[in-house]
Amino acid sequence: MTTTVEPAAAGQSERKSGLARFARPVLGLIVPVGLALGWELAVRAGLSNGRLVPPPSVIFNTFAELARTGELQRHAAATLARVAAGFGIGVAVGTLLGAITGYSLFLRRLLDPTLQALRAIPSIAWIPLFILWLGIFETSKVVLIAVGVFFPVYLGVMGAVMSVDRKIVEVGRAFRLSGTAMVRRILLPAVLPAYVIALRSGLGLGWMFVVAAEFMGASEGLGYLLVDGQQLGKPAQIVAAIVAFAVIGKTTDWIVAAAAAPFLRWEDRFGARSEET
Amino acid sequence: MLALDRIGKTYANGVRAVDGVSLQVGPGEILAIVGGSGCGKSTLLRAISGLDTPSQGRVVLDDEAIAAPHEKIGIIFQEPRLLPWLTVAGNVGFGLEQRPRKQREELVANALARVGLTEKARMWPRELSGGQAQRVAIARALVPRPRVLLLDEPFSALDAFTRADLQDHLLGLWADTKPTLILVTHDVDEAIVLADRVMVMRSKPGRIFDEIPCDLPRPRDRQSAAFDFAKRRVLAALDRSLSRAATDPVESKTEAGAALWW
Ligand SMILES: Nc1ncnc2c1ncn2[C@@H]1O[C@H](COP(=O)(O)OP(=O)(O)OP(=O)(O)O)[C@@H](O)[C@H]1O
Ligand SMILES: [Mg+2]
Repeated sequence: MTTTVEPAAAGQSERKSGLARFARPVLGLIVPVGLALGWELAVRAGLSNGRLVPPPSVIFNTFAELARTGELQRHAAATLARVAAGFGIGVAVGTLLGAITGYSLFLRRLLDPTLQALRAIPSIAWIPLFILWLGIFETSKVVLIAVGVFFPVYLGVMGAVMSVDRKIVEVGRAFRLSGTAMVRRILLPAVLPAYVIALRSGLGLGWMFVVAAEFMGASEGLGYLLVDGQQLGKPAQIVAAIVAFAVIGKTTDWIVAAAAAPFLRWEDRFGARSEET
Repeated sequence: MLALDRIGKTYANGVRAVDGVSLQVGPGEILAIVGGSGCGKSTLLRAISGLDTPSQGRVVLDDEAIAAPHEKIGIIFQEPRLLPWLTVAGNVGFGLEQRPRKQREELVANALARVGLTEKARMWPRELSGGQAQRVAIARALVPRPRVLLLDEPFSALDAFTRADLQDHLLGLWADTKPTLILVTHDVDEAIVLADRVMVMRSKPGRIFDEIPCDLPRPRDRQSAAFDFAKRRVLAALDRSLSRAATDPVESKTEAGAALWW
């Protein structure tokens, strides 16, 4: 995605010629498109039957068929709803705990060791316990996703609050900002860039964990399509579901980045020159 | 009238940074503080600003004790410390949040015009040069019309030309409302160009070593003989303050009535 931080990129002095600007994204497409085309041709030429690794045309047909019957939309909506719920909870709790532990040394000493210990547990390991506690339906799935989202958000917010420049805070003090004004006018804007990064890594983990959650037994969702495809020997359906994951995951990430971009135009950092996400 | 009454500061690590500094600065007076590195100049300034509390003594401004940042006291740091997420205009208006929008915009526009940065109003701080950024910081500190403005080596990161330019800018702005200025500097020329009085500090512990009045007519000519003479006096005092076996500058003790008790 080159669209996320374009104002800063536009400030680049050297203007790319039209051709160069066009050629750069195309360069990245050569390998995947080449491989796909090559495989397609290989299957057409009879070099392989393409049963286990379906050629792009078969995947496309499967995708279209799933979309036509509405299956794809139903499963995607179920998965999206789980991610949204888990992400919402994970972000809320992670932001709150991250903010208070970043702000208060006492609370950091009190809470952080426990949270760090919990973080050391591979989150998938919670699945059996969550199923025992919360049943195999939606609650346990959403909680698992929330756990996955929580840690990057918590760590990101805590680190961001702790590393707010003391000199900038002092400017706020010199202008006699009250506690809430200090948070609103100094701390929030100062942590925003790191917060957006934390949200995006949280979201990435949310997408990872929804697959694990749906593997543990679901009757709908893209993860179900994966399991179903495996059990019934339909590799094209598996790849179609994978493609759907990629597209939706990337889109949600882009939405977060794009929503934050107008608030981050001031950023003065190395990566802002040519943001490649 | 700003009065310091036997200000002392001992940091948590036991360093006695400032010891028994008493001082009075009149309204509209410009006081320059010079002294070797680590002699407690910044510490003293931060105590006056209310950002740090002194371990002993009090700061009083117009019969009001200063224990925390006060609206009548503005401060400019060595770095511009602009808020990177606000435009230049947003930074200048930072201390005016309470004012009605119209009034705020007017004050900001005036202040920017005063420092010659009107066309930069909508830019981000990262798009400014060092000197421009420091001008924005000056405008930001002056726009709420403080009665006392503290400056901690405000121009030390700038080249000589820009520095002279900003000194003139500062004097122009000072003339608008005539606040008290207390300026910490390493640059004796700067002290002589700006100040009515130059205070020399010496370290371990940080104390007032000497005070040199400077009543050259304004605007001051950096090339004049009188300027040179004043500069020599300050340099001589600085020299003595830095030598280990410093002798009391007895002659100025009677003259300036400075606090020199050791
Ligand atoms: N936050 C602090 N904690 C402990 N000691 C400090 C602190 N700040 C300054 N000091 C010490 O206090 C003394 C005075 O420091 P200060 O910064 O006031 O000096 P200064 O005159 O401003 O020096 P410079 O001209 O280099 O800026 C120094 O010995 C310094 O090491
Ligand atoms: Mg200093």
